[in-house]
Amino acid sequence: MNIYAIRVIYKYEMKRAFETLGQSFASPVLSTVLYFVVFGSAIGSRIDAVGEVSYGLFIVPGLIMLAILTQSVANASFGIFFPRFTGQIYEVLSAPISFIEIIIGYVGAAATKSLLIAIIILLTASFFVEIHIAHPVWMLAFLLLTCISFSLFGFIIGLWAKDFENLQIIPLLVITPLVFLGGSFYSINMLPPFWQTVSLFNPVVYLISGFRWSFFEAADVSVGLSLFVVVLFLTACLLIVWWMFKTGYRLKQ
Amino acid sequence: MSIVSISNLSKTYADGFQALKNVDLEIRRGEILALLGPNGAGKTTLISIICGIVNASSGAVTVDGYDSVKDYRITRELIGLVPQELALGAFEKVWDSLCFSRGLFAKKPDPAYLEKVLKDLALWDKRKAILMELSGGMKRRVLIAKALVHEPRVLFLDEPTAGVDVELRKDMWALVEQLRQAGVTIILTTHYIEEAEAIADRVGVINRGELLLVDDKHALMHKLGKRQLEIELVSPVAALPASLADFSLEISRDGNILTYTYDPHKADTGIDKLMKTIATAGFTIKDMNTVKSSLEDIFVNLIKGNGEDAA
Repeated sequence: MNIYAIRVIYKYEMKRAFETLGQSFASPVLSTVLYFVVFGSAIGSRIDAVGEVSYGLFIVPGLIMLAILTQSVANASFGIFFPRFTGQIYEVLSAPISFIEIIIGYVGAAATKSLLIAIIILLTASFFVEIHIAHPVWMLAFLLLTCISFSLFGFIIGLWAKDFENLQIIPLLVITPLVFLGGSFYSINMLPPFWQTVSLFNPVVYLISGFRWSFFEAADVSVGLSLFVVVLFLTACLLIVWWMFKTGYRLKQ
Repeated sequence: MSIVSISNLSKTYADGFQALKNVDLEIRRGEILALLGPNGAGKTTLISIICGIVNASSGAVTVDGYDSVKDYRITRELIGLVPQELALGAFEKVWDSLCFSRGLFAKKPDPAYLEKVLKDLALWDKRKAILMELSGGMKRRVLIAKALVHEPRVLFLDEPTAGVDVELRKDMWALVEQLRQAGVTIILTTHYIEEAEAIADRVGVINRGELLLVDDKHALMHKLGKRQLEIELVSPVAALPASLADFSLEISRDGNILTYTYDPHKADTGIDKLMKTIATAGFTIKDMNTVKSSLEDIFVNLIKGNGEDAA
């Protein structure tokens, strides 16, 4: 195991985040505050509680998911795409380092950043609503699994992208709609039956539902199913990355 | 004897372009090998496969007896690479960038060694500079420093002096010599024949993915080098008498200089006979000069021959 290599890649990526502190951490805080003002106060005051939970509190897990899904993908994809773009990647490819070590370095750093963002948002939200977490361990498990799997997903996009447009298009056209339609701001039970069925094909629904369950013990789908979908997604991403490295896809061809 | 051994190496890119065709090459421990070839000849592809940046389509590479795919951790630690492009990050400092490189190659931090490398490359003053703000020549030096910080035994320099001023080129040659003294095997690709002529022990010529030849620099020039005798006459001639027809002389445009091409390694170079025939013909010689063909001429002839064969 090339520990030194993992350490320098991880440090390099983390440093990038802390050098652009505003962009990395202040913007998620600001957008959370804005969401609270708009959805929590302005609109939320006219919406009934969802089940036992007030609307302001209800959207907290969704907001966290919204942020970490988009941030994980953005961070991880940029982290590997930029060295490919500048040509610096030659160094990593010619180093005595396995693909697993490369992933631990890059994806580990992206996932860490997302985790930090999640914590910051949770703290920010605690200024607006009183937060109670029913199952902290499960909450952390869902959070970690989501950060890791979506960072992996971003890593795949960063390997696949040929240019900056490619890099933007998946987050913009796929991730954002899936997250918004995945029940960040509502319970899918609020939808007409047809759209409820459609929603079940959206993997993000399972993530948000499971994560929300860890807070309020109330979920749109069963927790076991949520966990299963997250692990499935993680496995799929791992398999794709493994294949990419094995064949040298877009890296060594 | 050889530190890098390449056997039957081929590479076809996804778009069908065949960059390397069954290349065999033994690189000797401690030597400086120059790979010459025009753009797109396959030089960079060859280096990239040895370093692990590109997957080979077939064939094998061993470094110090270890397979470059199976034992990649061992082989890559032995190799340093200075790429052709100035592929550097933008916002980091020189020092941080070097620390990154050393870590990647599984070496624990060693500030004293980093300092030595930076001083050797006249970069010590720039250790806190941001990469983006460095000049092209400085960036090239940083790339060399990055390739050296893990103390490699084999160094690949992919066109190290492309777009580099004369002074830096001379510095680079001195550095290469210094590294060789330290026992590092050096493989460099270049367009500049004088570079190969100045610093290499052996020269390999690549064209269209084929290694046309590898030979000792002097042997190569000996084997393929022709010599020319230029004879300057006191008064110009318009045409040559029949007695001189066998020598296939070239006459300069003004008729003053006759050029005779011969093989210096033959027992009978024909010069003696030529002199006598010229004297008999009644020409008066003013001056004479012999010209050795350079590596450049040899290279151009080889590439031309290879191109015509393929066409």
